[in-house]
Amino acid sequence: MSPRKIVLRFGPDISDKPVIYRLVKDYDLLVNIVKANVNPQKEGTMVLELTGEQYDRGLEYLRSCGVIVQDLTQEIVRNEEKCTSCGACTAICPTGALHIQRPEMVVCFNSDDCVVCQLCVRACPVKAMEVRL
Amino acid sequence: MSLEKTYAEINAKIKAGKAVVVTAEELIQIVEEKGISRATREVDVVTTGTFAPMCSSGAFLNFGHSQPRMKMQKVWLNGVPAYAGIAAVDAYIGATELPEDDPLNSNYPGEFRYGGGHVIQDLVAGKPVKLRAISYGTDCYPRRQLETTITLSDINEAILFNPRNAYQNYNCAVNLGNKTIYTYMGMLKPNLGNAHYSTSGQLSPLLKDPHFKTIGIGTRIFLGGGIGYVAWHGTQHFPAIQKDSAGNDCGPAGGTLAVIGDLKQMSPEWLVGTSYLGYGATLSVGIGVPIPLLNEEITLYAAATDRDLYAPIVDYSEAYPNRQPGNLGYVSYAELKSGKINVQGKEVPTAPLSSYPRAKKIAAILKDWIASGQFLLTEPVKLLPGPEAGLCGKPLHSKE
Ligand code: SF4
Ligand code: SF4
Repeated sequence: MSPRKIVLRFGPDISDKPVIYRLVKDYDLLVNIVKANVNPQKEGTMVLELTGEQYDRGLEYLRSCGVIVQDLTQEIVRNEEKCTSCGACTAICPTGALHIQRPEMVVCFNSDDCVVCQLCVRACPVKAMEVRL
Repeated sequence: MSLEKTYAEINAKIKAGKAVVVTAEELIQIVEEKGISRATREVDVVTTGTFAPMCSSGAFLNFGHSQPRMKMQKVWLNGVPAYAGIAAVDAYIGATELPEDDPLNSNYPGEFRYGGGHVIQDLVAGKPVKLRAISYGTDCYPRRQLETTITLSDINEAILFNPRNAYQNYNCAVNLGNKTIYTYMGMLKPNLGNAHYSTSGQLSPLLKDPHFKTIGIGTRIFLGGGIGYVAWHGTQHFPAIQKDSAGNDCGPAGGTLAVIGDLKQMSPEWLVGTSYLGYGATLSVGIGVPIPLLNEEITLYAAATDRDLYAPIVDYSEAYPNRQPGNLGYVSYAELKSGKINVQGKEVPTAPLSSYPRAKKIAAILKDWIASGQFLLTEPVKLLPGPEAGLCGKPLHSKE
């Protein structure tokens, strides 16, 4: 069975719970953490590769804890021509993939840190952040 | 005796290619090194810039006459209504106008992907725009409907006229509530999750002339990539010097500009259709204002730094929508730009809505225009009211 990539998003209420441990222990899943991040508001985001027989039950468990689970089939790109470096996306991006370089105040996008939560896609006032399938 | 320069003297130097023109950022450094007196003597003009969403924007368009003629009564551009109650083939397209079939906020938070600001950007980019008009027909203007495509170069006049732009200062917006809110200050996360502000601080035009000693009717400016003029003070022009609860001076607030210019000279880089999730559509506008250093007092104001200029912190969950007076304190632009501020004992990440890199670029372009002799300064026909005029906002009372 080949691994499947998923994105998990946690609210501050669950970011301190051992959910990954449970995936391994109770559902016998092979977990490879591709990216993980907890922001100052204690919201967590994580990209995982999961393999195992009880994959669906594992996801069900995650959802029952209040984790938002999405398939990672998409990637986020920035349309450099459209971006005005306004900064409106930067305090919203949970991982700091979109951040301000100081003192120039230029907005940088580091796609390696992006967990495809898509918050920027909706928040960007000039629609410079695009989802690519 | 302290130095006094005139517009004529400065313009003579600009024409001779001898004027010393610097950006507001550069002036700060010069004043730090040489002091106010020498800076006033050595520098002639300081350039400022701002690039941010400016809702009170729009354009007057004259479409020319069709055959047979038509008194256009209702007009749509790419499905966005324009106000046609002016003359037979004139209309005004407002930046925040939305298509009639827009789902608005019924699918909350609405996306507002296309509005009047986007029409203006498409026009200025030279893209074809669909014009639809209807009318009731008259003897002189018999046509009742029309559907065609126009481009900016096809039509007679296109005049950008923005009744309220270049806000002197603005709130730093936060959310004290417990759910995410969608405002014209962007997406604000609950429980002080983030703070948004929207001026270019030490580069922002009206923050650099707090008493309106140089900016007035007829001031020639950078507008949307072309040359424009200050037409009047903007709507809601309530200039004041802010004081915090301890009575400390927190810099200027409240002035605005009404600006006008030929849309045909402008560029889509500096007039950008903009949408705020859950709020609406608008236009981001680039404006740059030159400030002549006529005397030391003007230099002193123009050299204010991000450390000297403050924004009031305002809660947009309760206080702002319900028009409750007061604020949660003042914060300097230096702190705002550092990326975090302290509000009610909590560290809150900050982000701008106004592009500092673009503000810098505007100040640099305007500096080049002036230094190369293409852009002369205009002496205002009349200065705009300053803080001493005591203008302040009237609330709207609902009467039975
Ligand atoms: S919100 Fe959009 S335009 Fe502004 S910096 Fe982010 S990606 Fe660029
Ligand atoms: S999708 Fe956007 S907001 Fe989310 S992590 Fe990626 S860059 Fe940040």
